[in-house]
Amino acid sequence: MIRFFNVTKHYAKTGTAVHDVSLHVGKGEFVFLTGASGAGKTTLLKMVYMEERPTSGEVRVSGTSSLDATPRDVARLRRKLGIVFQDFRLLENRTAEQNVAFALEVTGAARSTIGPKVARVLTQVGLASKGTAYPKELSGGEQQRVAIARALVNDPFVLLADEPTGNLDDRATRGIFQLLREINAAGTAIMMATHNLELIRRQEFRTIEMNRGAIVFDSANPARAAREV
Amino acid sequence: MRSLRDAFVTFRRTPLLSALSVTTIAFSLFALGLFGLVALNIREALDRLEERVELRAFVAEGTPPEAIAVAAADIATFPEVLSARVVTQDEALARARRELGEFRDVFEGAVLPASIDVRLKPGFRDPATVKSVAARVNTFAFIDDIRYGEEWIQKLYRLRTIAGIAGLVLGLAFASVSVIIIGATIRMAVLSRAKEISIMRLVGATDSYIRRPFLLEGFAKGVMGGLLALLLTWLARLLIDRYIIETVFFDQRLAALGLLFGALIGLVGSAVSVGRHLRAV
Repeated sequence: MIRFFNVTKHYAKTGTAVHDVSLHVGKGEFVFLTGASGAGKTTLLKMVYMEERPTSGEVRVSGTSSLDATPRDVARLRRKLGIVFQDFRLLENRTAEQNVAFALEVTGAARSTIGPKVARVLTQVGLASKGTAYPKELSGGEQQRVAIARALVNDPFVLLADEPTGNLDDRATRGIFQLLREINAAGTAIMMATHNLELIRRQEFRTIEMNRGAIVFDSANPARAAREV
Repeated sequence: MRSLRDAFVTFRRTPLLSALSVTTIAFSLFALGLFGLVALNIREALDRLEERVELRAFVAEGTPPEAIAVAAADIATFPEVLSARVVTQDEALARARRELGEFRDVFEGAVLPASIDVRLKPGFRDPATVKSVAARVNTFAFIDDIRYGEEWIQKLYRLRTIAGIAGLVLGLAFASVSVIIIGATIRMAVLSRAKEISIMRLVGATDSYIRRPFLLEGFAKGVMGGLLALLLTWLARLLIDRYIIETVFFDQRLAALGLLFGALIGLVGSAVSVGRHLRAV
């Protein structure tokens, strides 16, 4: 589903962000990506949704290869992915419903299908009653739920979450994490970058630790990762 | 259809920025319009002056009127000639008296030569053509002398060339400044929606989908700015007409051309700005 083959990403200004990473994330998996700031987690996620292309190596996501994907292929791929960020990235001048509907509109979904789908995902994330609220009228946790609803509305096979709880207090963090678990239980794979070790320790999910661009630990394959260290 | 709705929604969501864009486009085009109006009126004035370009071929005394009439008819068939009119001695005297006004007494008892007055078609009033027609008219044996104000025509043509070049250079400069200002306005509109564009891309919108509403919006702003500029230019012309000097205004074709120019700038400016933005992010 998601495969990295000896992927290295080098930036002219800041140097190597990801170094020789090989990785496989299977269908329905829940994977924590952890490591200090600057370890390469965000770059790794960006390469999954092809915001960045590897300097060397190949990333293959659901049949789309980083080697030959056209901008149109990338757009099509992203319709099958859900992406969530620490800063929510909601449009301030649109209601929760409109923010979620936006993701369907841009993919050319039929208008008649948008309303019911939006209502379904807002219910799924526990915001059925707040569809008409604007982002600034919602708490941080609620805003992140709207962002998750937007990511889910196209029924993605994987949800990529880059520090989704980074701006939230403990209670909201627990709520968001519980929501992600439920989404995963319904069959959507999750790749979540976080440096909240407390959160990771309490779970039994696969954990990949990065340091200076390289994978230094992978709980799915402890022996290989240890060799690489 | 959705792009059209999106473009309309943007106008409603950001009324201030949209109004600012339209106003900027309008004022840029207004400046261009004012310049165009000046250039148009200078050209009109030069055209009117040029209409007065005339050859006067004086006929030797004693030439039979029939011969003069045949020559005039022949000259009238020259491709460059608009009309060739015979002016008899009496008519010449009457005209001279009329033109001299209070000094008409000096012609008391005078005899003026008859002439064939030749007027040229538009486009054939340049010094070289006038000279060549004069040479051909001069081949008739009974033509004594031929006058056409050679120096005056040359000066008029020099003035026309200078006005033409100055008009072209200034017009291009005005147009370039308009394009730059309008481009900057559109860029501002694109940047104000950078977040929206980045989210559109994240959720899988294609570049052409992102571009479309911007193009429509740019086109609409260009048309609106063009209309407003046309209105402002028309009002300015009314004021000039009333208080300074009588002028001519753009005909329908020129007005439509101005409007088209505004729409094109809006469209191309948007395409360039969005294209650059999409490549950069």
